[in-house]
Amino acid sequence: MTHSASPAQALHNVHRLLGHPSDLKGHLDAHGPLNVALGRNGSWQQGLMSSLEDSRLTGRGGGAFPASIKLELAQSAGGGGTVVVNAMEGEPASDKDTLLLTRTPHLVLDGAQYLAALCRAVRIVVCIPIGRDSVAAAVNQAMRERSRNNHAPVREEMVRPPGRFIAGEESALANWMQSARSLPVLRPDKGAPLRIGRRPALVHNAETLAHIALIARHGAGPFRARGMTEEPGTSLVTISGDVTYPGVVEVDRGTPLWDIAIRSQPAEPVQALLVGGYGGTWIGPEHFGTPYASIPLRTIGAAAGAGVIVVLGETSCGLAESARIARYLADENAGQCGPCVNGLPAIADGMAQLARGEGRYDDITRLQRRLSEVNGRGACRHPDGAVSLVRSALAVFAGDLDAHGRGQPCPHWRKLTSLRFPYPIRL
Amino acid sequence: MSGLRITIDPVACEAYGYCAELLPEAISLDEWGYPIVDGRPLHPELVALAKRAARDCPKRAITLREKTSG
Repeated sequence: MTHSASPAQALHNVHRLLGHPSDLKGHLDAHGPLNVALGRNGSWQQGLMSSLEDSRLTGRGGGAFPASIKLELAQSAGGGGTVVVNAMEGEPASDKDTLLLTRTPHLVLDGAQYLAALCRAVRIVVCIPIGRDSVAAAVNQAMRERSRNNHAPVREEMVRPPGRFIAGEESALANWMQSARSLPVLRPDKGAPLRIGRRPALVHNAETLAHIALIARHGAGPFRARGMTEEPGTSLVTISGDVTYPGVVEVDRGTPLWDIAIRSQPAEPVQALLVGGYGGTWIGPEHFGTPYASIPLRTIGAAAGAGVIVVLGETSCGLAESARIARYLADENAGQCGPCVNGLPAIADGMAQLARGEGRYDDITRLQRRLSEVNGRGACRHPDGAVSLVRSALAVFAGDLDAHGRGQPCPHWRKLTSLRFPYPIRL
Repeated sequence: MSGLRITIDPVACEAYGYCAELLPEAISLDEWGYPIVDGRPLHPELVALAKRAARDCPKRAITLREKTSG
């Protein structure tokens, strides 16, 4: 079963984040001054914190953790720390943070300034991976403009960590800033604030910070006027795959998945959507109407994740594409935890075998067993993402699995991939 | 039940497997020799063995916690 594109709907959405590209002057004209000098006044702080709470903003980097709770955790750790702008965007199918920092860097940096004021941080560090030089240049220019115009009460600087998939995981990022090792750390108590050395670190995705800047300036009202009552606001979504116009769109939370996907004009009838990212979940056509919001997505086993939708057309092989992603995720494991180091390559092998039509019933059973064994056994959620991806592939592409498992793979598995990878992936 | 649960630091663990030998009731090994814990509270009779498993782990990868969090 496939889903066909209907004529593009009228785009009634007004952008909050993706407005006109702006320099500092344009930014100030649109949003007014920063006013964190008032931050010494307790009522200003209280006002901003209750706005954040009212907004129900959740982290847009993948964890979907409530921003107000994360802030309270950081505040409980004391002052003198760092606000980290996470623009690592290691997800190959995501472009939103790069776009945001290129077009409206001041919005993101302002968000970091507000948080720095609220948790008495002494520096702001923007993390842009090695290789993304044009983003780094845009942010550097913005930071120069800000310091020249006294628009940066807390010092802003940039660092360039290695651009691996796992490098943007927040404990890996804090670890890298402390020890130059870009590896996730086991955090048995998620309620304990992150630290760099002995000082607290508040790590936020770039998009989350842009939302915070707008909420701080204009209150929770305009944010809450968008999206759903129980999950307000807008989100940036990167659409890619078998579409005519891949790119980033800003959508209201709760927009049906299909209404988001058609904004990039699927190039052919669509058999599935990959939602969340490469460690996300495949969704079949029966769920294309699901609202893009945490609770409805959770009921179908998915999550908004890093704001990614990959469109899979009918001439692509879902098993082969999933096998490539499984291989990529295996290659990108941090090399730390046994279950992930051993399990992900074994899972990727199993998927490749099935994609080529060389796997049989026993191989599917073994793959299923490995998925259960690996799930939840890493220091970070990397293996869990790979498990989610493969499990959902086996369910959504069950018909293909049956044919591939009988040695009669679909003709599409040899097709070139429609997915984006930072390096070639062999099947 | 004791309320104590076993947690394993998967970064530290190097699959020596002593823990599963000491405590097969609560720890099994995957096909690569890494421990799988069921996450349930330990039976009181197993607590002493679990403490020994934690103490004897060459990589100090085992912790007993009163309550799982996160």
